[in-house]
Amino acid sequence: MLTFLALASVLLLGIVPERSQAIVIYTGWERHGLVGSDIRLSCSFFSWRWTSEDVTFSWTYRPDGSRDSISIFHYTGGVPYVDNKGPFRDRLEFVGNPGRRDGSILIKNLDFSDNGTFTCDAKNPPDIVGRPSSVRVLVFETVPIQAGVITGAIIGVVLGLLVLIVVIYYLMRFLVARRVFSLSVSKHGKKKKEGPQQRQLWTPPPLTCYPLP
Amino acid sequence: MLLLLLGIIFLHVAALVLLFVSTIVSVWVSGDAGSSDLWRNCTTDSLGPDCNPASTGEWIQAVQAVMILSIIFSCLSLVLFFCQLFTLQKGGRFFLTGTFQILASLFVMSGTIIYTVMSPEWVNGNYSFGYSYILAWVAFPLALVSGLIYVILRKRE
Repeated sequence: MLTFLALASVLLLGIVPERSQAIVIYTGWERHGLVGSDIRLSCSFFSWRWTSEDVTFSWTYRPDGSRDSISIFHYTGGVPYVDNKGPFRDRLEFVGNPGRRDGSILIKNLDFSDNGTFTCDAKNPPDIVGRPSSVRVLVFETVPIQAGVITGAIIGVVLGLLVLIVVIYYLMRFLVARRVFSLSVSKHGKKKKEGPQQRQLWTPPPLTCYPLP
Repeated sequence: MLLLLLGIIFLHVAALVLLFVSTIVSVWVSGDAGSSDLWRNCTTDSLGPDCNPASTGEWIQAVQAVMILSIIFSCLSLVLFFCQLFTLQKGGRFFLTGTFQILASLFVMSGTIIYTVMSPEWVNGNYSFGYSYILAWVAFPLALVSGLIYVILRKRE
């Protein structure tokens, strides 16, 4: 029985990763940068295998509007090779940590001509089947609005208005109740004032002496 | 009487469920290259579906906000309905519940209209509107009718 279980578990461990052996690469979807600033493009991957010594990272760049992509970075055999002829010479730096599955690069001094799509491809032998992941870089003069800010703002404003209306409604009710309370006090005071007046109005009839017959 | 109550609650819950499905599952546009919706774009190729977050445009964020608001208002109106059911005087009307539900339906309407008008800008190629879009359009009259019923209804014994 125990040997059967051991055999079954070994078979399962052998079979199950076969299906899920694709390497999954993560970069961002879009990165925004200001002209003249530095931008860090991160690339990491998920793989069922241990990080091998022959892990490779490669970045390619395709400018906006162009159909050709050029290779700008390659890490293999433990050595990073940066672009020394293309549009990123002297501007590209490897800031990743391949041992921690991080193949990020740093591009210094952004320019408008750097608008385009950067594709990261990582391989972790023997786990090599995977889809490269792309990140779009947009260079701005001023920073645009981030995703979700407008959504949150609209929801916040509407809910805030709702809370404000509720608070104002209860405040009005409270104030009106107070005014009603003061109205009843003044009525009581008026009644008091009218009381003695009524007494004064009602004068006792004058005593007349009736002479004795 | 109980039948009427159950029918109204069922209508309200149906509109709420449609709103949830339409916002979360969100297959608003589907074409030959993949599907695109409120929250992300998915394309399918040989290695399986590949999804990326949707673009950071202002109008798609407005549609997201409006759909979430409509869900919130519809949930609030359901809670208010149960509150008012036990606290309202005899002969009173469920004004507050109806107001919230009508507001929710107006939000859904504006969201779907914005999406219809702006969608050629977001998706290119030949595409057709997916089932979440249709569910949103169905949820709008359901919520509107439900809200109107609340406004007209009077509380009895």
